[in-house]
Amino acid sequence: MNLDTVRVERGTKASRIFAVVAVLLLAALVAMPWWGDAGDMRLAGEMAYYVALAQLWNLLAGYAGLVSVGQQAFVGLGGYALFYLTGQMNMNVYLALLIAGPFAGLMAIPVSFAVFRLRGAYFAIGTWVVSEVFALLASLIAVLGAGSGLSLTVSILREVSPDRGSRDAILYLMSLGVAVLVFAVVYLLLRSRHGLALTAIRDSEPASASLGVNTFRTKFIIYIATAACTGLIGGLVFLQKLRISPEAGFSINDWTVVVIFMVVIGGIGTLEGPFIGMLVYIVLRELLANYGTIYLMLMGAIAIAVMLKAPFGIWGFVVQRYDLQLFPVGRRLVSGQSEPPAGSQ
Amino acid sequence: MMNWLNILIQGSLLGGFYALFAIGLSMSFGIMRLVNIAHGDLIVLSAYVALVVTENTGLDPFESLIIVVPVMFVLGYALQRGLLNQTLSGGLLPPLLVTFGISIIIQNGLLQSFGAYDHRLKEGAIETSSLHLPGGIDIGVYPLLVFVVAILAIAGLQLLFYRTRLGRAFRAVSDDADTAELMGIDNRKLYALALGIAMIFTAIAGVLFGIRTIFAPLAGPIRLILAFEAVIIGGLGNMWGTLIGGIVLGVAQAVGAAIDPNWQILAGHLAFLAILIIRPSGLFPRTRE
Repeated sequence: MNLDTVRVERGTKASRIFAVVAVLLLAALVAMPWWGDAGDMRLAGEMAYYVALAQLWNLLAGYAGLVSVGQQAFVGLGGYALFYLTGQMNMNVYLALLIAGPFAGLMAIPVSFAVFRLRGAYFAIGTWVVSEVFALLASLIAVLGAGSGLSLTVSILREVSPDRGSRDAILYLMSLGVAVLVFAVVYLLLRSRHGLALTAIRDSEPASASLGVNTFRTKFIIYIATAACTGLIGGLVFLQKLRISPEAGFSINDWTVVVIFMVVIGGIGTLEGPFIGMLVYIVLRELLANYGTIYLMLMGAIAIAVMLKAPFGIWGFVVQRYDLQLFPVGRRLVSGQSEPPAGSQ
Repeated sequence: MMNWLNILIQGSLLGGFYALFAIGLSMSFGIMRLVNIAHGDLIVLSAYVALVVTENTGLDPFESLIIVVPVMFVLGYALQRGLLNQTLSGGLLPPLLVTFGISIIIQNGLLQSFGAYDHRLKEGAIETSSLHLPGGIDIGVYPLLVFVVAILAIAGLQLLFYRTRLGRAFRAVSDDADTAELMGIDNRKLYALALGIAMIFTAIAGVLFGIRTIFAPLAGPIRLILAFEAVIIGGLGNMWGTLIGGIVLGVAQAVGAAIDPNWQILAGHLAFLAILIIRPSGLFPRTRE
């Protein structure tokens, strides 16, 4: 092969076409306050923060190999930080929201000293214990409302925006903004050389370490960064819920189990998977929510079936079948004239 | 002084409970490296099976074990054979997520069948009788019984592992599954048998726990966490270590509860995290990861 005509391809035809579609879709979502009602915006805002949580968990578990079942710790910490700073310290709500994320990230540093001692599934349960510790502490601390939690006052809500209509729109747009921000960070990270290191860790930790990847430092940075982003989302979520309690803030089901479900169904270790998984989850939930416990049992059964029969999820199946990449993060070596060969990443 | 001695004794007896919770978890990790997220829910499920048996047959909870134990053994065997064996070759996530799914199904299945109410198994006078020791220390007969059961269970398992052909096969697959298979061991069958046997201890733990405290469909996860903490504190793969881990956890909780009743569970978690930071592989590690 003549080396002059060989180049590294970062995108695909499909990804370039999809980029246009994605921009149009995003424009429509940004314009939603002008064409949708409050109910639409609430659902779309929820979808936005769930997809952000799913992207973050996917980065942790799918790439860095850190299967955490304790991310609710950071959702709760972010939520409590917002409520404490606004309610007790009279801080401006936007400023408090900006602090909630870094606060959760800061708390993740001592947490990592303990949980990074554990590997694999034991790491998972270790993170869960940590989250239980935060929930128990919150339920014992009087200024945090102890077991019954805290509520946001009307005056704090007025700080977001004085009238209700524009408040709904602002909260929705913030959720959307955070989702876009998180996705952009994850996407650009994975396309960078750090992303290459992460992908290598995903595929084989010992092999990547032997090639000079500092696996501990990479994992540590990813853990802290995801905690900070998760904390920011937590602040935003509970700003919309208006109330926080230890059970709601540190709920493993709401903030971790559901998110894992999305990532696994959609396809772990891909950027497209969390979007698809989130859509599947929301559709199932809207269709089956009236069936209560049976619906949750069905979710459990679907997760088991996907894990056993299609461990790479819906998007994994699509990639295998059609070699489609909407958000390419890999590098393909192609010769100058011809189209990229199928199946290389 | 007597007060602290009392805390130490009560905490140790509580530790017998946690060791009993932990045996099944420790065993399935030791033999097939399976971390069973549904472990706590299986303990709670055992208590519900006992509830159904006692309500329908007139057996008391202890006697109900002659039905609960075989039922849970078969369930464990079938779960491993039908589902979990398929997850063991594919890395970390499949077993974790499949057992997570099983956990959600058990919790919601119990909610659907029994409602969210608290239940309790009633064994009668033994629950409240106690031995009076000099110095004003009372030892509950029931916690003492549970502690003795935990010791007997671990001793029985040690006999199984080190004195029988089956135990030798378990140790062989634990050390090197591929080589064991080459030597003619049917790993899949052996794993199914291992989870079945682990579930015998889970069933006993579930029934004994159902007599001591109220239980509800969502009581599983905290039992899993306590069992897990006992295993990690004691050191992976070391059964006697697990008993000591349970005792350390129980004493930490008793100390916490003596300071403030709300601190009981938290004190246990904090002791666990402290040990994790000081001695990451537990007090008496044996199994490699």
